[in-house]
Amino acid sequence: MLWARELTHAFGAIRALDGISFTLERGRTLVIFGPNGAGKTTLLRVLAGLVRPMRGSAGVEGGRRAIGWIGHQSQLYGHLTIRENLQFWGSLYDVLARDLERRQGELLSRLGLEARAGQQVRTLSRGETQRAAIARALVHDPAVLLLDEPFTGLDRLAAEELGALLGELAARGRATVLVTHDVKEGTDLASDVAFMRAGRFVEFGPRGTRDAAALTTAYREALRGA
Amino acid sequence: MRELMRHTWLIARKDLQLEFRSRTALASAFVFTALVLVIFEYGRDPTAVPTIDLAPSILWVTFSFAAMLGLNRAFQAELENQALDGLLLAPISRTSLFWGKLTANLVFVALVQVVGVLLFILFFNVPVWRVWLPFLLVCALATIGFIAVGTLFSAMVVRTRFAELMLPVLLLPFLLPPLIAAVAITVKLFAGRPLSESAGWLRLLAGYDLAFVSLTTLLFPATVTE
Repeated sequence: MLWARELTHAFGAIRALDGISFTLERGRTLVIFGPNGAGKTTLLRVLAGLVRPMRGSAGVEGGRRAIGWIGHQSQLYGHLTIRENLQFWGSLYDVLARDLERRQGELLSRLGLEARAGQQVRTLSRGETQRAAIARALVHDPAVLLLDEPFTGLDRLAAEELGALLGELAARGRATVLVTHDVKEGTDLASDVAFMRAGRFVEFGPRGTRDAAALTTAYREALRGA
Repeated sequence: MRELMRHTWLIARKDLQLEFRSRTALASAFVFTALVLVIFEYGRDPTAVPTIDLAPSILWVTFSFAAMLGLNRAFQAELENQALDGLLLAPISRTSLFWGKLTANLVFVALVQVVGVLLFILFFNVPVWRVWLPFLLVCALATIGFIAVGTLFSAMVVRTRFAELMLPVLLLPFLLPPLIAAVAITVKLFAGRPLSESAGWLRLLAGYDLAFVSLTTLLFPATVTE
């Protein structure tokens, strides 16, 4: 479904990725925890094909069409309405008009944006923009989700809603890679976890029965030992 | 090819929709065009240099600088919320992205040229309508090539700190051949000479367009890949 082999990348003297390898099967959710500058975003960008690694390779079954991406920014056009944005992005992914209409309706309703659908994105609050960005990422029903700090800007209720939505998508066979620096945020979603530091996975494997507290302890120990 | 054209149209339509909503660059270009023509109208001495000799240069200098205002904006909207990442991730070819931007820029410049010509007729009383068809051909031929180069440079400089300064500096040397040819042909047209007398200049413009549209299409993917 999703694989990375010996990924290595540097920005000048700074090594952002240092020989990262893993595979992720359908229905699995890998949550990557790491401090700022650990290389998490670079890893996602390489997986998405936005950055060509200096060494190694990565790929997604189904190619670019299969990827849904949520980054630090919404990737929405401020002067277009939410609906116009979804129309545009859905059309780029060749979603058929009738499917696009249905999909938009489902997403807008699920994300609580129905009343805002005709509003220009630049007039939305931070949380609403983030929810619109999630709708944009899911409009073509991607098989793989690459999520970079997706909870940023969401209030608690919206964050719980997003968690539930991601859980549903995993149950429907979507593979997800989520990166965050906050262990509490991603724990419940994770089937697999990785701790990342200085471009390397210092730990990688199934989460098992560990809860947020146990993972926080493991995370601290792993980073201290790295 | 149908896919390519469809995606090209989607990108161009989105860009034009954004421009007509925000009207930032369009309004600046119209004001700039009017301002330049007014200044030249009141700043020249018709007894010293006949209007018919001076008018083509004034017209083409105005068109060129007004076009740069539009070119500066071409990729700016994509940086606003990192929408460019979304476009690069979407399953569309880089060529359709480039052609979409190019098409939107050409429409933008065409609109500025229409308004510019109307003001030009008003201020300079040059009988453009008598030669409107060959003049339209010259406008099209002189614009396509340098807008293609401008679109490529716009993508190259958009991430730099002084993008608005860099673009004219890079573009001006490439602007000279079509500008000189356009002025030379326009002088003859306004003097009532047949278009066939400018066959050499027309061939230069056609060759320039062919060479630079091909070259920029080939080079564009390299400018947007990290």
